[in-house]
Amino acid sequence: MSTNNEYTFVIKPKRSLWDVNLRELWQYRDLLMLLVKRDFISVYKQTILGPVWFFIQPLLTTVTFTIIFGMVAKIPTGGIPELLFYLTGITFWNYFSSCLTSTSNTFVTNASVFGKVYFPRLIVPISVVISNLMKLAIQFVLLIVVWGYYLLFTDTIHPQLSLAFMPVILLLFALMGLGFGLIFSAMTTKYRDLSFLIAFGIQLLMYASAVIYPVSVVAPDKQWILFLNPLIPLMEAIKFSFLGEGILDWAYIAYSSVFTILVLVIGVLVFNKVEKGFIDTV
Amino acid sequence: MSNIVIKAENISKQYRLGSIGTKTLTNDLKRWMYLMRGKEDPFLKIGEANDRSSKGNSEYVWALKDINFEVNQGDVIGIIGKNGAGKSTLLKILSRVTSPTTGQITVNGRMASLLEVGTGFHPELTGRENVFLNGAIMGMSKSEIKSKFDEIIDFSGVERYIDTPVKRYSSGMYVRLAFAVAAHLEPEILIVDEVLAVGDAEFQKKCLGKMKDVSGQGRTVLFVSHNMGAIQSLCSQSIYLKYGTIQQTGPTDKIINYYLNHELKTDDELSLPFNADIPACVTQLTLLNTEGKKTKTYLSGESLKFEFDIQAQTEGNYQLGIGIASALDVNIYSELSEPVQLKKGENRIQYGNTQVKLAPGNYALTFNLLYNGKSIQYCEKVINFEILEINQEGETYSLNKGAGFLITQGIFKVNN
Repeated sequence: MSTNNEYTFVIKPKRSLWDVNLRELWQYRDLLMLLVKRDFISVYKQTILGPVWFFIQPLLTTVTFTIIFGMVAKIPTGGIPELLFYLTGITFWNYFSSCLTSTSNTFVTNASVFGKVYFPRLIVPISVVISNLMKLAIQFVLLIVVWGYYLLFTDTIHPQLSLAFMPVILLLFALMGLGFGLIFSAMTTKYRDLSFLIAFGIQLLMYASAVIYPVSVVAPDKQWILFLNPLIPLMEAIKFSFLGEGILDWAYIAYSSVFTILVLVIGVLVFNKVEKGFIDTV
Repeated sequence: MSNIVIKAENISKQYRLGSIGTKTLTNDLKRWMYLMRGKEDPFLKIGEANDRSSKGNSEYVWALKDINFEVNQGDVIGIIGKNGAGKSTLLKILSRVTSPTTGQITVNGRMASLLEVGTGFHPELTGRENVFLNGAIMGMSKSEIKSKFDEIIDFSGVERYIDTPVKRYSSGMYVRLAFAVAAHLEPEILIVDEVLAVGDAEFQKKCLGKMKDVSGQGRTVLFVSHNMGAIQSLCSQSIYLKYGTIQQTGPTDKIINYYLNHELKTDDELSLPFNADIPACVTQLTLLNTEGKKTKTYLSGESLKFEFDIQAQTEGNYQLGIGIASALDVNIYSELSEPVQLKKGENRIQYGNTQVKLAPGNYALTFNLLYNGKSIQYCEKVINFEILEINQEGETYSLNKGAGFLITQGIFKVNN
């Protein structure tokens, strides 16, 4: 049997944990782009407003937060206009949470396709992260408009040079969302309990992640407790860079990076392990 | 042998019956503990053959057990067996949708599987967008699809609708487009599960033709179907699965005969439940030979005789239609009686035909009862019978394969 063919492969019962075929992922790059396109197109087909819906959701959330947390609960925002403060937090938080929740049900929602044809399953969660990035890009325009207004017409915000690192911060958000999503998706194939947990867990996590308050409201000697949450250094870095209010500590960013990579590696390995036999249990 | 493209060694697949619950978790932990201590998985030792109809003792069954086979390049292999024999499981393992419990398969060549047409079709996307998406899911690159796009559209015959979302398509158009994509995959190995059961006759013919082309180009095809006719016309070799094990492999004709003799139950009578909702109902169907005795086999050349017991609730004009099909699903003939008057209660209609002489083989009977011209009871292929190779004079009559279904005595006259 000649084995020099690039398509030769062996079907075996169980793969070792470390057997992740990244080259194969590259072979399917066209599929990745088409899936992103599908996600994007199918969302606003047969709607009147189309992509405008991507604006409306963060806008309404921001207004609600401004009324409830700002006007009613009077949570301080460190001197930053409430509208902009919440909008910044929500825009990036939404990206993280949608990456996590929509990748976490990969196997369940795609069972019908996965049950019929083989392709590297990792393509699907990666495509979800990318199509969410497109949504973020649209929402980012809204943020820039509001941000630009405050920058030009008021003296309330002070953008920092660290803005240049925002793509890195964004990548960390994406990868952490993906990593957790992969872990959860692998676990929900057999035991569905987790999908309930994710639904409200992500809500609670938002309150624990400095989206609606700055870390500076906590006494300086207690702040390290908050920073144990690897999302907080990232959230604070964003607020600091865009608004000039927040704590940017590179040591904490490094901690978040290591954490993200760890979660991602575990996620990929677990996902890869489950993908072979999940169709029998899902 | 350098041209073996698929080699399966000791493939087995175990399934657990019942639903997944806390017991799953306990068994998972148990299994994990055994593996941790370097022992063999304890659940692999148990399990029963996958006979769906009998109640088993074990909650683990083997959907496939110790399957070994080799496929050479260019072979067109049919996989046959009853429902639940493991055909689809085998295809799923081959298409890498699920993994075997034990054993391994080496595949040498680019493989595409068609377990379903239109996998991943999104209803909101247009035909054009879906062609690209579906092609990519099947493993084609974008440029590959682009170069074949016109051919695909041409083959599907839905050009006019190509920029309309597929949710607006009729189911036939949907299948046509989906199969067109699949047909242009050009893999070295193609795996096909009964996808041809959809679409109209013309399109089915087109699909079978396309598959013949594929196999003619030296590509390898594995084909699962209940349509014995399709298997026979496409596949040179066949594998017969039963309860998850290979019963026989070999030339298709031989395997199909073996299959029909083992799986097809011939019968001499059939009782049907009485249905009070219709004016009349066939309750009993009996096959009779020339001597008027019940039979499940006829001698070759012997005339067919069927008896229908009909329970009528309403008097009126009834008609009875019958149809004979071969075991390979080819309809041979059908006919309809003149309107007959049935009285209330028990009636009996006898059908006899001395003109039609069927060739040796297996056949199935379909009947249709009509009341005032409207069908009230239609039963397709309700009973199977066999025509033997021996005729009434005790001589053996054998027909060449593919020679047809009828024994006739036409007259050849030399005019010179």
